[in-house]
Amino acid sequence: MKHDFQALRLDAVTRRFAGAGGKAFNALQELTLTIKRGEFIALLGPSGCGKSTALNCIAGLLPLSGGSIWLDATRIDTLPPEKRGFGMVFQNYALFPHMSVERNVGFGLRMRGAAGSEIARRVGRALKLVQLIGQEHKLPGQLSGGQQQRVAIARAIVIEPPLILMDEPLSNLDAKLRLETRSEIRRIHRELGRSTVYVTHDQDEALSLADRIVVMKDGVVQQIASPQEVYGEPANLAVARFMGYRNVLDMAIEAQNGDRVTLAAGNIRLIGARKQALVGERASVAIRPEEIALGEGPGGENTIAGHVDNVEYCGRDSLIDVMTPSGTRLHVRAPTHIALGESVHVHVPVERALVYADESA
Amino acid sequence: MTQAHALARAPFDRTLLLVVPAAAFMLLLFIYPFLYGLGLSFEPKEGGALGNYSHFFTTDNLWPTIWTTLRLALPATLINVGLALPIAYKMRIKTRYQRWITTILVVPITLGTVLIAEGALTYFGPKGWLSQTLQLSHIYDGPIRLTHNYWGVLISLVISGFPFAFLLILSYITGIDPVLARAAATLGADPAAQFRHIYLPLLAPGLAMCFCLAFVQAFSVFPSAVLLGSPAGPTRVISIAAYEAAFEQYDYSLASAIAMIMGFVQLLIVAAVLGLRNLFYRGPVVGGKG
Ligand SMILES: Nc1ncnc2c1ncn2[C@@H]1O[C@H](COP(=O)(O)OP(=O)(O)OP(=O)(O)O)[C@@H](O)[C@H]1O
Ligand SMILES: [Mg+2]
Repeated sequence: MKHDFQALRLDAVTRRFAGAGGKAFNALQELTLTIKRGEFIALLGPSGCGKSTALNCIAGLLPLSGGSIWLDATRIDTLPPEKRGFGMVFQNYALFPHMSVERNVGFGLRMRGAAGSEIARRVGRALKLVQLIGQEHKLPGQLSGGQQQRVAIARAIVIEPPLILMDEPLSNLDAKLRLETRSEIRRIHRELGRSTVYVTHDQDEALSLADRIVVMKDGVVQQIASPQEVYGEPANLAVARFMGYRNVLDMAIEAQNGDRVTLAAGNIRLIGARKQALVGERASVAIRPEEIALGEGPGGENTIAGHVDNVEYCGRDSLIDVMTPSGTRLHVRAPTHIALGESVHVHVPVERALVYADESA
Repeated sequence: MTQAHALARAPFDRTLLLVVPAAAFMLLLFIYPFLYGLGLSFEPKEGGALGNYSHFFTTDNLWPTIWTTLRLALPATLINVGLALPIAYKMRIKTRYQRWITTILVVPITLGTVLIAEGALTYFGPKGWLSQTLQLSHIYDGPIRLTHNYWGVLISLVISGFPFAFLLILSYITGIDPVLARAAATLGADPAAQFRHIYLPLLAPGLAMCFCLAFVQAFSVFPSAVLLGSPAGPTRVISIAAYEAAFEQYDYSLASAIAMIMGFVQLLIVAAVLGLRNLFYRGPVVGGKG
């Protein structure tokens, strides 16, 4: 396998499985994506949305039901995994139970026929990178979950593959180690200048690591965009929900003026920014808890009155539930201390009230 | 958790009592006859306590039976394990045909050794289908002798022992998480290397176990050695010697001694193989959490 490429192109990659009752369903539906050399792609989505399936298809561990995969001008979706030469960190590690940490990490190099001294040097470096020095001679069964995960990472990066596929590689680490390993992965990626496809259901991980994020739901791609765009301008309500727009209000459309939409529900009136073509009389407004301001004076545009219904202390700030008189619950994140039952006004910036087509439509 | 603590503190776990019937059974049906036979073997008709043993190792139609039996049992075991391994390896992936092939391969296990011997006599005999087919089609024109000699017994040992080895190995192989081979593939291992570096080492302890069981089974060959072999000559196995001592010479003491020697040889081989097994990894065969 040549050890470099300009672009890996996924063309309508589809994978079907026999579902319950023998009915086939698409675990991955027409994923089309071009991964440029050196790019860091995050596959983001809830559990069961087809992330691992996509990764397995790229690695060659699952045959495609449709579509094709191209490495520059070569079609590779018919090649076995060992001919593709992509590194992979498995979701359940898949460490070789009968080999020591050292031999696990060195396996890929041995398969490539590297010299003994070369293997020792590179394995040592990889183990240092994932902070596993001193564990070289243990068997995987003698390691903690987090240590196993780091062996899996080391085993995949040590062969310096042109593309490295990672399936939730940090899921089992504690908060501190997760942050450290995260920056380590980003650094390794930058240093090697290789491409990475990184599967996660953690939006923070995706936002902090990726050059581009692919958001998936039920096997279908929802949005492919930069972290800033996915965070600030979700393509649809599903992405918005997943990206932490916890307030989704179903409202009636009163007026539309350019991309400004005026909506009403009960005694709430909101002006928002349209993100999608609207049909019918209703629309959904998505607002992030941290973009709602608490305690603005009454009367202004986009101001909602209510009382504090619940407060969750989160350290730097608090998660406050505000209940409006008409019974709508708003989640607000604010660095304020506030008592339960207190009357408050909240303000929603027009730009940050995102209006999407009604979910039920 | 709390249950585990309770168990750890409990003075006596009464479920242990369930072992009693099995233990009594073992004692009555295995250990007692064994000790009885052992004692009997040291009370020969003539000579000192070791008279039977010195008789066995100095008599020309007795001691070579060890060698004769090993010459049958070891190759038969090697063939069975060696054949079963690649076939079971191929069968590890669930396909539509897997169940059928498995069933067909396993059928001989339901046949008794005597039935197999009967069948083999007619099939492999001088006037059997095999030699007639070969001669009619002129593939091989010489006389074919596959019964009443060494080969007849070997064939029968393979037929009766193979399904057993196959089933055992198949269960070991399907216990190995296929994701390990996939991981090896992403690291550049082709199918041959996946077998050599992943499956084989993880299977080795199971193969050793399978070898031992198949060997013990083959070593005590008796019916087919009589029916398909030439029990006076090349397939005069050790169990025939014991049979003759007991039921033709009515020398139970000598027969016991032969049985003890037979057990000792089996034990030697099994111990050697299990000793080799310790060189391999024997923990659980999974690749990580879950
Ligand atoms: N071998 C299989 N046979 C049948 N269905 C499968 C198979 N593998 C996966 N699926 C189904 O395909 C869908 C996608 O699975 P996949 O493993 O890709 O999810 P995922 O996004 O990786 O989820 P998670 O975050 O929980 O790992 C799921 O509904 C799953 O049940
Ligand atoms: Mg997954």
